[in-house]
Amino acid sequence: MREANYDVVAIGGGPAGMAAALAAKEAGADRVLIIERDRELGGILQQCIHNGFGLTRFNEELTGPAYADRYINMVGAAGVDVWLDCTVLAAAPGGAVTCIGPSTGLTTVEAKAVVHSMGCRERTRGAIRIPGSRPAGVFTAGAAQRMVNMEGYLPGHDLVIVGSGDIGLIMARRMTLEGARVRAVFEIMPYSNGLTRNIVQCLQDFGIPLYLSHSVVAVHGHDRVTGVTVAEVDADLRVRPGTEFDMPCDCVLLSVGLIPENELGKAIGVESDGVTSGAVVDQYRQTSVPGYFAAGNVLHVHDLVDLVSEEAATAGKSAAQFARGLLPDSARQRPVSAGPGLRSVVPQRLSPQAPGRFSVSFFFRASRPMGACILTLRGDGAVLWKRNLRAAKPSEMIAAEIPYARFARAETLEFTLAPDEAAETDLKSMAEAKA
Amino acid sequence: MTRQTHAILCICCPTGCAAQVIVEDGRVIEQCGLTCEIGEAYAAEEVVAPKRMVTTTVRVTGGSLHLLPVVSERPVPKEAVRDCVRLLRGVEVAAPIETGRVIVDDALGLGVAFRATRAISAAQSPAPPHPYP
Repeated sequence: MREANYDVVAIGGGPAGMAAALAAKEAGADRVLIIERDRELGGILQQCIHNGFGLTRFNEELTGPAYADRYINMVGAAGVDVWLDCTVLAAAPGGAVTCIGPSTGLTTVEAKAVVHSMGCRERTRGAIRIPGSRPAGVFTAGAAQRMVNMEGYLPGHDLVIVGSGDIGLIMARRMTLEGARVRAVFEIMPYSNGLTRNIVQCLQDFGIPLYLSHSVVAVHGHDRVTGVTVAEVDADLRVRPGTEFDMPCDCVLLSVGLIPENELGKAIGVESDGVTSGAVVDQYRQTSVPGYFAAGNVLHVHDLVDLVSEEAATAGKSAAQFARGLLPDSARQRPVSAGPGLRSVVPQRLSPQAPGRFSVSFFFRASRPMGACILTLRGDGAVLWKRNLRAAKPSEMIAAEIPYARFARAETLEFTLAPDEAAETDLKSMAEAKA
Repeated sequence: MTRQTHAILCICCPTGCAAQVIVEDGRVIEQCGLTCEIGEAYAAEEVVAPKRMVTTTVRVTGGSLHLLPVVSERPVPKEAVRDCVRLLRGVEVAAPIETGRVIVDDALGLGVAFRATRAISAAQSPAPPHPYP
């Protein structure tokens, strides 16, 4: 078995791994390595050929491959080592990373710090338990996206899409442009889980109907899928009897959510968050196992790659500081919780603040759609910070960078999101006055 | 004189204002339901001359991948999107390809070029021919 030594190792060479490795290098880590199991860097960006990436990071709208390209060039120029075609089998506490690949063989890398940047996986038909037969032709939307955009296969000609996540909406447009018929998108929730932009430009532009509060109750077909039965659901997501109808199709795409691929973290006992399915981390994105950091979709599922890059840069910089013995001890931590109105908050812990860092970036998910609302931070019950938001949606992550001085002394921190009734009334009367 | 009312869903921010835009003889004369200037500018263009960026793929020969993603340099009129994709479906390029290379110079006389949005290296060993349908 071969051996190697590195200061910082990023596991996974998608947007998170690349941004973490770059930031680690910039923060003074001498030897930095990215281990990637695909034949190239870039991760899922390479199959996301639509544009809209990089608006905050590069101040322009790029396609996924173009966003990846920028980072691949920066990683090359910074002198980061990259092992492609190489799969990590295990990463032990203390930093022994075991990996295997055709050119590396079986290798153990001694790392002073590790960044988990493995991304996420799609929820499958099994995960949402769609009843019916088990024919060919049922794919996750991301798998279909790779087939269409990279491999050159068309997974079907006559489609229905289950779930209104962004990948499903993007694929509705993509399949239509490739000559397939997309009959409908079915969403079990009473609101869409995709960005408004995608609802307009991927569905409305092509006249594809979106059925809210509808669920697939059966898949038909023996060898190949021949159709689905769909029904309306009530507020408790139970099927309304008598509302069933059939829709023929030869392909079903599922866009029903993403789950962090955190097997390597779980294997070493990293404490995980039941809501995000990722690790519990502090403001440095350090997990409960010292020296192990996490960023990107393996930590919590993002909707904008720009925020992945930002978060991963924090993790990479912190990993470099840990490797050099400069990161404050995380033994004494304060809890951060998501209160009413919020589904999740990251980070979930606060360690003592490092010198030279004056703010903390928090990421939130709303628990339900809201109009004008107020995001509030309370420390030991007292209001420490507030921000007014024009609107909030579970599908659009809320990001806030808050000065450390605001919560430096509080023992427990809680964020809440509540409707801003005064602002709602103002907006309504404004719109009415204009009309 | 023709007067039309368009229902618009604003895409500029998470608020997602549902708006109505009244157009008379191709000019916006009234908007309601929007709550900011960015949204008003978007809605005004969207009802009179909607435009979209176009992304699709073209075939590659002798490359490490069979498909090259391409993107329009600028947004094209919405009604020309399908025709642009149809045009690009017939295009084939030989690897190696560098990021930014012009693949189609002036699509459909719209004055819009399509460019490669990633690099594709030449195949290391001859790749098996792809079974295109």
